[in-house]
Amino acid sequence: MAGLKPGEINLGTTIMAVKFDGGVVVAADSRTSTGAYVANRVTDKLTKVNDRIYCCRSGSAADTQAVADIVSYHMDLYSSQHGERPTVKVAASLFQEICYQNKDNLSASIIVAGWDEQKGGSVFEIPRGGSLHQQEFAVGGSGSTYIYGFCDKTFRPGMNREECIEFVKNAVGLAITRDGHSGGVIRVAVITKDGVDREIVYGNALPPQYTG
Amino acid sequence: MDPITLEVPHMLRAPAAAANQGANAHTSSQPIITGTSVLAFKYKDGIMMAADTLGAFGSMARFRDENRFMQVGDTLVGAGGDMSDFQYMKHMLEDMQTREYDMDDGQRMGTRSVYKYVSNVMYGRRNRFDPLWNAYVVGGVEGGERFLGYVNLYGTTYEADCVATGFGAHLAIPMLRKRVEGRADEVTEEEAVAVLDDCMRTLLYRDCQAFNRVRRAKVTARGVEVSEPYALQTDWSIADYVVGYGA
Repeated sequence: MAGLKPGEINLGTTIMAVKFDGGVVVAADSRTSTGAYVANRVTDKLTKVNDRIYCCRSGSAADTQAVADIVSYHMDLYSSQHGERPTVKVAASLFQEICYQNKDNLSASIIVAGWDEQKGGSVFEIPRGGSLHQQEFAVGGSGSTYIYGFCDKTFRPGMNREECIEFVKNAVGLAITRDGHSGGVIRVAVITKDGVDREIVYGNALPPQYTG
Repeated sequence: MDPITLEVPHMLRAPAAAANQGANAHTSSQPIITGTSVLAFKYKDGIMMAADTLGAFGSMARFRDENRFMQVGDTLVGAGGDMSDFQYMKHMLEDMQTREYDMDDGQRMGTRSVYKYVSNVMYGRRNRFDPLWNAYVVGGVEGGERFLGYVNLYGTTYEADCVATGFGAHLAIPMLRKRVEGRADEVTEEEAVAVLDDCMRTLLYRDCQAFNRVRRAKVTARGVEVSEPYALQTDWSIADYVVGYGA
């Protein structure tokens, strides 16, 4: 299993995706670090794979960008050949195939989420190792460890769109505060059959929390 | 390092290509998301098996709704170890079933055949220093006879009345041997469930990586049935008797 090479750019990160009836909400912080230096403080880790499917990237910036580029290509090809958008499951399977077959050389942990005609909203997580896990909500990246408790306590199946947005903003906000490799702004994208609505919560306007 | 290749996943391939595919792809990898014990033993109506629903990430209980069983025709395969490699094995087994179906020769893959297939894949990968980091339990009823086998990442195989993977091999097998080994013809379903739950409870107490959501599965002449996940009862009353540490 590859780790990051010394000096390699790290997408330290907190990433998250939640399913609701009608679509998904994806969110991420915006810090890219090289060791202790913040190489990019306004990164966009929410990467479009097609018009209704996004992936959230954590791990090596290079590895995840390369994988996402390849999957986007294949998604385009699928649409051309089939005349319709591939489902979220197809996208997730493509990610899995690359991550699993190249597990020795990749440091990539990816959440795939989106909306398709068949299933509505879906969330899939592909951790290091290249296994595939469908979930109601998923958190990933170094910052995620600090918010498992918060998420387990707060999440309820069947939350609506606004509740999901609140949920991810609070969760990613907490992780940003505690995790040195997460920071900057909270980028949020809501994906439904009508399209993608993106929003940003600036780092000086995080949801209220106790900070000691 | 070979370039990243992306074949459209899991199309039908010739068996020779399938056998090689994936080999040398990950040299002696390490397990990441792991499943712990799988227990199984022979009882009156066939085979009974149990496993929890956890995919652990090191010491963390990360994925809590995993299904570590796979049904292959009338055979049940239970997996411990790396979950990505198990998912890969599931694809291999599905491809195998598709090839067999397409042959349309009136033959059905029996449990021994499925076991042989899994064993050969595991040993073949081991010989290339590229193991699937798993331990499998394969069980079924073939021609009226119960079959239960184990195979692991080394390709080591054995068949017995009671088998288990992971922690279960250390803690549960002695319990199973005492209570059901050699008595397969007498053990009723009620007794089998009780023994299985006792063993899973012991593992819950003593295995750090165990999780209290368990699936039970049985294979009988009627085929494979996998239960919905359920929680075990636990007894902590002995805690009342322990005060301090003895100083």
